[in-house]
Amino acid sequence: MAIPWFKYASPASFYGLAGRMVPWFTALAIASALVGLWIGLVAAPTDFQQGDSYRIIYIHVPAAWMGMFVYLVMAGWAAAGLVFNTRLSGMMVQALAPTGALFTFIALWTGALWGRPTWGAYWVWDARLTSTLILLFLYLGYLALRASIDDARRADRAGAVLVLVGAINVPIIYFSVRWWNTLHQGASVNLQGSSMATVMLTGMLVMAFAAWMYTLAVSLARVRAIIIERERHAAWVAALPREGSPAGG
Amino acid sequence: MSYWSSWHDFLAMGGYAGFVWGSYAVTALALAAEVFWVSGRRRAALAHAAIARELREREAS
Amino acid sequence: MIGTLAWVLRRDLRLALRRPAELAFALFFFLIVASLFPIGIGPQPELLRAIAPGVLWVAALLASLLALPRLFSADHADGTLEQMAIAPHPLTLIVVAKLAAHWLTTGLPLTLLAPLIALQFGLPAEAIGVLVLSLALGTPVLGAIGAVGAALTLGLRGGGVLTAILVLPLYIPALIFGAGAVEATVAGTGASGHLSLLAALLVFTLTFAPWAAAASVRIALE
Repeated sequence: MAIPWFKYASPASFYGLAGRMVPWFTALAIASALVGLWIGLVAAPTDFQQGDSYRIIYIHVPAAWMGMFVYLVMAGWAAAGLVFNTRLSGMMVQALAPTGALFTFIALWTGALWGRPTWGAYWVWDARLTSTLILLFLYLGYLALRASIDDARRADRAGAVLVLVGAINVPIIYFSVRWWNTLHQGASVNLQGSSMATVMLTGMLVMAFAAWMYTLAVSLARVRAIIIERERHAAWVAALPREGSPAGG
Repeated sequence: MSYWSSWHDFLAMGGYAGFVWGSYAVTALALAAEVFWVSGRRRAALAHAAIARELREREAS
Repeated sequence: MIGTLAWVLRRDLRLALRRPAELAFALFFFLIVASLFPIGIGPQPELLRAIAPGVLWVAALLASLLALPRLFSADHADGTLEQMAIAPHPLTLIVVAKLAAHWLTTGLPLTLLAPLIALQFGLPAEAIGVLVLSLALGTPVLGAIGAVGAALTLGLRGGGVLTAILVLPLYIPALIFGAGAVEATVAGTGASGHLSLLAALLVFTLTFAPWAAAASVRIALE
């Protein structure tokens, strides 16, 4: 079966497709989050070393994974946008960035609250925390660049270059921070612990799935808003039913 | 199959209530704020598009 | 091709040397920022020696950040950049020439000034040598990465601060290897590992950054 990829690359048809997908991803996100929270907070036993503070990892680890993963997906869309010059790619990068930044922030916040009882300090210059902080800076750079360019097409292309340069640098940054950290004998505590009970791992994976579904739902919903914002004057937007709009009475 | 013996135990989180619930609450707040913000953004965009269309129609007539 | 390179290099150098005061700004900044730390922290010699590698590198990094607008903005304002973009010569080559001129007027003076400032911090002679070497390898990296940021923010409001936000996170590897080399010399563990990583970073950056900067210039000119 041939899937008409390029048909969906046009913002107008993607708007409808995304609208049909959002409710499904939302439902999956809510359902898996409930299951994951049940496993993590209720069914899983306490950790014999860290006590119940370890339960923070059910959001910390998925949030950290999503923060990194979303940046990679943005880089993929950015490359596609520069190569194929499709308008949708820039919109997807724009739609993903706030969610990626939010997950990176959550990873740092929960990491601090996990670190206080575990390491005795809210912030430790651990290799992973430091690279996550730098990742947040990269997201903020993209958002700042976007915010200062009025022309959407230039913002798409400039943002794409910045995200790609950042993505090429991420492994170098990660390596250099690890190198810096080992030389300074900083704290490098393994968050997962050496042996993790199956039920804990299951809870974490279910929560990671929930974060993934949430990201899909929210970024597709955001890309729909972006499409309307940019195609305000297109005929197909004018033909849309005015669902829930204050001016639609 | 619950690990906790009482609600009180659950909320106390073995003495780490501030850290655990602080993490979960901020995450929930952040995600709720994002959902609220995104749904408002599309509604505002649709309203803007409707105004733009009305202006065009008025000009045309 | 070599002709274009030499022509742009000579032209940019001549333009830069026409305003020597402007070239000195970045050096003054480097000197002043580096002097603020002993004043702010206190003059204990051991403490100053401990923070010197990081402070000197961060000050040099900020000074070279300040000089970035000189790379493209004047040529952008008077339309020369547009002429260069439609010229038959590859824009990447022109960017390489501009980067070379920029380094000769910013990175090289910073590198040569660094030993003087290092004396304020009581660094041993061997560490000062490594500092100069690390800055010689590191400042072209800062310039090349900075060129991408400077090109992306051409003609935007809040350009200077925006460039800093975009570029500073990308400067971190250079800072780690550069300051680490000096620190390792002070600690007596040898700087060769840091310096070879910095050299590798230099080669890698010079391979990709001019190309990305040229693409960014084109985007800004559209």
